[in-house]
Amino acid sequence: MAEAIITPHVEEPKKKAPAQGDETSLITGSEAIAVACQLADVDVITAYPIRPYDTVMQYVAKLVANGEMDCEYIVAEGEHSQFEIVKHASACGARVFTGSSGVGWMYAMECLTVTPSLRIPMIAMVGNRALDDPKIPSRAKVDAFLPRYDRKDLLLHPDNPITVAPQANEDWLMEIRRGTAAAMERSAGVIREAYADFERIFGRKYGNPFFEEYMTDDADVVLVGMGTLSNPVRVAIRQMREEGKKVGFVRLRWFRPFPAEELAKSLGRFKAVGVIDRDFSLGSPYHSGVVATEVRTALYQSENRPQVVGFICGLGGREVTLPDVRKMSEIVSQAASGKPQPATQWIGLRE
Amino acid sequence: MATTDRELAELTHHKAPHKLDLFKGVKKLPLEEYFTSGHRTCQGCESALVMKLMVKAAGPRTIVLGSTGCMYVANTTYYSTSWVVPWMHTQLGSSGAAALGAAAALKALMRKGKFKDEPINVIAFCGDGGGADMGISGISATLTHPDYNCLILMYDNESYANTDIQLSGSTPYGAHTTFSPPGKTKRIMHHRWKKNFAAMMAAGHPTCKYVATVCMSYPVHAMNAVRKGLSIGGPTFIHSLDPCPKGWDYDPMLSHELGELAVLTGTWPLYEVENGVVKLIGKTRDIADGRVKRLPVRDYLLKQGRFAHFTDDDIDYFQSKVDEMWNKWVVPGVIPFQKHLDEDRPPA
Ligand SMILES: Cc1ncc(C[n+]2csc(CCOP(=O)(O)OP(=O)(O)O)c2C)c(N)n1
Ligand code: SF4
Ligand SMILES: [Mg+2]
Repeated sequence: MAEAIITPHVEEPKKKAPAQGDETSLITGSEAIAVACQLADVDVITAYPIRPYDTVMQYVAKLVANGEMDCEYIVAEGEHSQFEIVKHASACGARVFTGSSGVGWMYAMECLTVTPSLRIPMIAMVGNRALDDPKIPSRAKVDAFLPRYDRKDLLLHPDNPITVAPQANEDWLMEIRRGTAAAMERSAGVIREAYADFERIFGRKYGNPFFEEYMTDDADVVLVGMGTLSNPVRVAIRQMREEGKKVGFVRLRWFRPFPAEELAKSLGRFKAVGVIDRDFSLGSPYHSGVVATEVRTALYQSENRPQVVGFICGLGGREVTLPDVRKMSEIVSQAASGKPQPATQWIGLRE
Repeated sequence: MATTDRELAELTHHKAPHKLDLFKGVKKLPLEEYFTSGHRTCQGCESALVMKLMVKAAGPRTIVLGSTGCMYVANTTYYSTSWVVPWMHTQLGSSGAAALGAAAALKALMRKGKFKDEPINVIAFCGDGGGADMGISGISATLTHPDYNCLILMYDNESYANTDIQLSGSTPYGAHTTFSPPGKTKRIMHHRWKKNFAAMMAAGHPTCKYVATVCMSYPVHAMNAVRKGLSIGGPTFIHSLDPCPKGWDYDPMLSHELGELAVLTGTWPLYEVENGVVKLIGKTRDIADGRVKRLPVRDYLLKQGRFAHFTDDDIDYFQSKVDEMWNKWVVPGVIPFQKHLDEDRPPA
């Protein structure tokens, strides 16, 4: 049925001279994201300053100014507009990109509450800290990976005069939420497919899409974390391994959908688990960070339930140091040997 | 070297807007409707008439984005819609962003050869709460973007109507709303004067080519304002005053008459600012030129239950503020600065 609708799409002209092979260059993570937008042929981008994500938009601005990227680059007057502009642009058929950090992202939250149920794709980068990622794939490979953005019968266009986001109250809200939930349930499979395609086309392999394990095979205890913890944790683990301590690391890649069963199965192998949160949720169970709460929830259903110790660490961009990681590992080892530990501990706090 | 208009157009890849001819009179209006049955607005709702005539003027090649408010909730109850043209909801304060997003998408997709290149109108509407209060920063930003052809229309029923008639920054002085009920010790709970919104948009955004005030009691002018707003190029703004039987508390059959009285009492001046030139319209112009005498505001206020608690003093105060608009403002009815030329000159 969707195919029958006349859409305003026309055959896309050949894109400008794609660089053939992959290129290697030493650039920051922020610049890499800007280049990714260029390669993905993003149509509408909205920017607003807030550190640290805004360096991405500075690179985008340069690409646009130098004629290296063809998009509508809009400097919005606040994050709420920033996110709402791309929402509407995406509904009209444009591939979009935006981003923010910290309070900026919170300022946009009101419009973000409806975007998921409308199923309007938008990529928003929420910047904590940039990573280095030096390899730039060719345009041809990116085109092979990314399908043309086609909203089919959901396109907002005079050729397809639909009404989007009508007002729903208690009479329909549950059914709509169920639809969104079903899409989220399906997303795990889509994510696996996308990782497989990515590996096939770009030749880069990430293993399990949902979390990555480091030195866990023979570990007694593991630390679990998300985002920018990798570097200090890996270095500390290598040091501790030299001292004969069997510590491993599990890094979550996806917070939603949360890989509960798979993660519980993996964590059930260890004697104790330490969860490092670089966030904090006031008044939450055991006064934890959000990852610890999710990990405990995931483990509750499983047969093997190791001790879970939560750590609050590196808030506000404070560095997570090697001694911090060693201290957390030590506490988790204590828990593994049967010495009860407080459910949540703050690490690296000035007393 | 200064940038010429043409250079600016090239710099911003400006797209020519839709050219829409002006209507010559009510008999020349098209019969087709693009906002039809299926809505559940109140009887006598002038805002619904705004929707109907706005999109009748714009025609079928139009995308409409609508902020939260009566014109969202009552017109697009899930599983029904009164819109024949593509329509999408936007958040309460987001009419400016919605217009910009849709216009930017069309522009990028057509320029890059992904969509057929054709004129498509983009209209975003908001209520007075969503526009003059919450959405002002987004609307203001959009009006500074010369690159995008879009029209923002603020339908002003002078309250947050959908949530049960609360006062907004666009509610007139003294009006009874559910947040400003006349009480035993305070008769007047709302002492703020209505924002002079259209003129604020015009004065504050010198590159915005078209701003107009309209009222659906004068429908042909209103529809032509929509056409001008869509044809002139760049972002434009229209502010309509809409009698609302529920919020203003009157018999629905008086809607049209109340719109006329708002204009004839000088409370709601009709004007356009086109490429920086102010033009008073219709009866407003007649009043300014002395051809028609302004009616006393009493005739307008006392037909509405929301002013039923007004004493003669309250009415006199209201009248004095309207008189000020006409007698003292540097551009009568439009720009509220007063000139004190004599005081400016030091004594000889
Ligand atoms: C961010 C936010 N705050 C509050 C509301 C509740 N709300 C829904 S409709 C509405 C009234 C909007 O008033 P106005 O823009 O004047 O439109 P009207 O209802 O008068 O047509 C309000 C306050 C909302 N939807 N979103
Ligand atoms: S409350 Fe006013 S604006 Fe809302 S539907 Fe009724 S008449 Fe129209
Ligand atoms: Mg209102």
